[in-house]
Amino acid sequence: MKQIKKKILFGEYVSGIGLEKALSIKPEDVIKEIKDSGLRGRGGAGFPTGLKWEFAFKEESDEKYVICNADEGEPGTFKDRKLLTEQPEKVIEGLTIAGYAIGAKRGFIYLRGEYIYILKNIEKAITNLKEKNLLGENILNSNFHFDVEVRLGAGAYVCGEEFALIESMNGYRGEPRNKPPFPTQKGFRDKPTVVNNVETLCFVPYIVSKGAEWFKSFGIEGSTGTKLFSVSGDIEHPGVYELELGITLNELLEVVGAKNPKAVQVGGAAGICVAKKDFDRPISFQGLPPGGSIIVFGEHRDMLKVLKNFLEFFVEESCGQCTPCREGNYRLLEGVNMLEKGNCSYRYLRELLTLCEVMKTSSKCGLGQTSPNCFLSILENFKDEVIFR
Amino acid sequence: MNREMIDIRIDGKEFKVEKGTTILEACKMAGINIPTLCYHPDLTVAGICRICVVEIEGMKTLTPACAFQIERPVSVKTNSPKIRKARRINLDLLLSEHYGDCYTCVRNGKCELQSLARDYGIDNYRFPSVIKPKYEIDNSSYAIVRDQNKCISCKRCIRTCIDLQKVGALETFGRGHSVRISTALNKPIAEVICINCGQCINRCPTGALRANDPADFIWEAIDDPEKFVIIQTAPSPRAAIGEEFGYPPGTSVTKKLNAALRRIGFDRVFDTNFAADLTIMEEGSELIERLKKRIVEGDEIVKVPMITSCSPGWVKFAEHYYPEHLNHLSTCKSPQQMFGAIIKTYYARKVGIDPSKIVVVALMPCAAKKFECNRPEMRDSGFKDVDFGLTTREMATMIKEAGIDLKDMPEKDFDHPLGLGSGAGLIFGATGGVMEAAIRTVYEIVTGKPVPFKNLEITPIRGMEGVREASLTIENTLPEYRWLEGVTLNVAVAHGTANAKKIMDKVVKGEADYHFIEIMACPGGCLGGGGQPIPTTPEIRMARARAIYEEEKNLPVRKSHENPELQQLYKEFLKHPLSEVSHKLLHTHYTPRGKYFFVG
Amino acid sequence: MVNIDICKQKEISGILVRFEKRRDSLLPILIEVNRIHGFITPIAMAEIAEFLEIPVAEVHGVVSFYHFLSTKKRGKYTVRLCKTISCEMAGKEKIEKILKKELGINFGETTSDGLFTLEYTNCIGMCDKSPAMLVNDNVYFNLTPEKVIKVIDELRKRD
Repeated sequence: MKQIKKKILFGEYVSGIGLEKALSIKPEDVIKEIKDSGLRGRGGAGFPTGLKWEFAFKEESDEKYVICNADEGEPGTFKDRKLLTEQPEKVIEGLTIAGYAIGAKRGFIYLRGEYIYILKNIEKAITNLKEKNLLGENILNSNFHFDVEVRLGAGAYVCGEEFALIESMNGYRGEPRNKPPFPTQKGFRDKPTVVNNVETLCFVPYIVSKGAEWFKSFGIEGSTGTKLFSVSGDIEHPGVYELELGITLNELLEVVGAKNPKAVQVGGAAGICVAKKDFDRPISFQGLPPGGSIIVFGEHRDMLKVLKNFLEFFVEESCGQCTPCREGNYRLLEGVNMLEKGNCSYRYLRELLTLCEVMKTSSKCGLGQTSPNCFLSILENFKDEVIFR
Repeated sequence: MNREMIDIRIDGKEFKVEKGTTILEACKMAGINIPTLCYHPDLTVAGICRICVVEIEGMKTLTPACAFQIERPVSVKTNSPKIRKARRINLDLLLSEHYGDCYTCVRNGKCELQSLARDYGIDNYRFPSVIKPKYEIDNSSYAIVRDQNKCISCKRCIRTCIDLQKVGALETFGRGHSVRISTALNKPIAEVICINCGQCINRCPTGALRANDPADFIWEAIDDPEKFVIIQTAPSPRAAIGEEFGYPPGTSVTKKLNAALRRIGFDRVFDTNFAADLTIMEEGSELIERLKKRIVEGDEIVKVPMITSCSPGWVKFAEHYYPEHLNHLSTCKSPQQMFGAIIKTYYARKVGIDPSKIVVVALMPCAAKKFECNRPEMRDSGFKDVDFGLTTREMATMIKEAGIDLKDMPEKDFDHPLGLGSGAGLIFGATGGVMEAAIRTVYEIVTGKPVPFKNLEITPIRGMEGVREASLTIENTLPEYRWLEGVTLNVAVAHGTANAKKIMDKVVKGEADYHFIEIMACPGGCLGGGGQPIPTTPEIRMARARAIYEEEKNLPVRKSHENPELQQLYKEFLKHPLSEVSHKLLHTHYTPRGKYFFVG
Repeated sequence: MVNIDICKQKEISGILVRFEKRRDSLLPILIEVNRIHGFITPIAMAEIAEFLEIPVAEVHGVVSFYHFLSTKKRGKYTVRLCKTISCEMAGKEKIEKILKKELGINFGETTSDGLFTLEYTNCIGMCDKSPAMLVNDNVYFNLTPEKVIKVIDELRKRD
């Protein structure tokens, strides 16, 4: 079994070391270190963080912004809540380093409205960091100024999508935009903007202070580092676990004390639902989706009900602008209701499977492109249970 | 200009395109047809219907051709199983949400959704369809009817209202599957800040938006032997109605239309250009009077620049957004309304018909004219001056309903008097036309000589640029206008209320040194009005403008003040411009309305 | 015909002065108005529109997008019970029942004393301590019927 005790985020941390190191080298070198580390976005999409920074760095602009995406809304995910509650200074340090790297003087934390009770905690961290000269004017006498402001969301899952988040911050309905131009070209206030997930930013101080090579000693090729997993459902000890990427689902289930589950939803509602036969697959950017949400279902769970719950979520949370997502999720839910009543024909089921395919290929953003995953995987893996009722 | 060219591949063939070209544009140039729905050439790109999706090599998901700007060499496929499946399913999804009662729909045969369904050979609903309408139809407005049951959430109307016209009556509300297009607070459209321009109607792909059609009442009047039904036709419908009968855009059918209107049963067919000439006389004189008060008497109360008031969409826009600056608007009624007032007074007396028996119908390119004729202040004749505003589209339907094909009609003249319009009146239909007509007359009144432009064509204010400016120095004035000697007259023209806003914001800040401004609510002026045939594109509007200017060139009378029938009207009835009778019948006042909320 | 510029009545100008006059202030303004007044009235929307010089429809469009912003009067306390998967599996149904019984209303309704509004919400990130609910800005988790009764009682007493 893989060594799974190694921790980064839940290990040691001395506030400011990463930032001090970053400020002592050139922004380009900070970016290089992050690129070399292979760090990929921890929000789910897994875009290489260093590359994103490099794009923004290369843009010429009088203003640039970095935004911490704390709109953690994926069902079954709560790791960012824990980070923001327990380690807000680390998040802000990562954001400050990002700002330094791309040339931004202002950073924002877009905090989901549901987490408003953490707001005071974050604001306290901002004050503390300012007192320690790790934030604000002339940080550590480096002549680098950086300020952080918290902006609240107001109950919209789709705002976790980076362009929807930017639209929301710009004062519009949180509807994803067409790309290109990318946020790194035209983001908040139409200026180059980097949006990084809370967890992603937390890794940054470590990588800068300890080096890319050290970080790469965690995880596997193409999926370096550790990952926080939010584990819930039918298990003894729900909570946040830090494990190396590349770990198999079986190994993970053992750590969290899951007893003989029937199914596991990996990667949140937008992820996939796997059955026992797939439990030996690794979780990584190449394997099972590493979004970090793990929901465990015991033998007694009705998988059709589970699917219905997910689809109800997407029907409400779709921003509603593009056809496949607005209408498609609704049709899938309607199909599940038909299955429940036992009046869904095979022919119609096949139409719905084609619909899933089209939603995946032609939706405007990640929401509609991933929302059919639950339908497809539950229908495939639990056919007997959901179809032959 | 040296623009960067990029090599691309479409369906295996190589092309060079300018950097920034969209895939849709590139395909059009390559002669490849990509179906679209939420895309419209006048509007900002939304990329939300997902009908125009194509495959770009190396990308996992499909890309909307309308939204993807080519910045690097790409290889594009426009026809593959993946694409066909996506287009087909997305179309099926839209069809299932659309209440498709096509036979009873005003857009039957002219609906983009319907024609896509036809092109894709759709013969059944893949997903359960809407059987009963879910929403009540909003016909609160004289101008615009909204039927949300037909709406497919393409948001063209919103982009028209917010981006193109800067009005903001329509928006998206809610989220997810319950998204709806509506007005603020979901109020009836008559109770929100809507200027009735109808541009949303012209861009709606389905029948979710339409004009409030008075045809039934007009038929009733025609069929009533007691009623004397007069129709006046504006220049823009004449340059566009042919499109409804298979003529290419830019075909003027004035005389065939006259014949058709008589065949339908209108008792008299008059030319709104006559009233346009009347407007020029009144408005030109008002301009001179305002300038005199300003320049000679130093009167600070009189407002300069003076702004035209013949576009009812613009007038309502000003009433909402610039209620403190309504004194800049000319007090002249629009040609439509002047005509109504003259018909029910002067003409009625002249021909000895009881004005209460006269029904005046105005064939207009415009949705806002319907609202205008229902304004309470438009009853100076003692009756409703104009009874009905009818759009070009509605007229075409009436003609067809009467079993007439415009193409088969002989060419007939207008009825007289009130049937002669000058070229100056005719060009009212195009943006800049009122200004050009006014300058032709004002310059000649003041100097006794025609404007110093070849063929009277004041080219600097023609064209489709959003805001156009020109200056003209007045020299060799007649003795009574000496005070204008050497004065440089600065004028500006704007079309589309977004451009109007640009100019008005300057006026408000006192940064505009214009004397006279022409503003039309619709892009292109009246020829692009909200009552004109659908579709509308920049090319179509340009073609209509060409038709108008071509027709104008050959007219015998090209200046308003030289219109003999108009001179007769002044002689017999009005006496002179700005006379007491004129003021009573031809001038009006405006109503300041709410800027952010509007009730009633 | 009646023309009323409702903006003449000022209702939230005290809040607006704290914000920069730029479009990206819109969401923070709305959240603040919603927090202080409990909901956003047509007058408030018009005032915000005037402040930012944008159409009222756009303000309303944004309000309608976010589930936490309301245009209807709510109770002093908005109870939002999470209905997403982990909470559902952990016994949301029982909590649902007890909330309805304790408050005497259905979901989507407000108590007649104006104290409580009961709503559902999607995942609030308390899946490890489910079932969970939000009451205004506070979170309550590992809910049991007894705990719910206690919370509601305390809130009632506070008044």
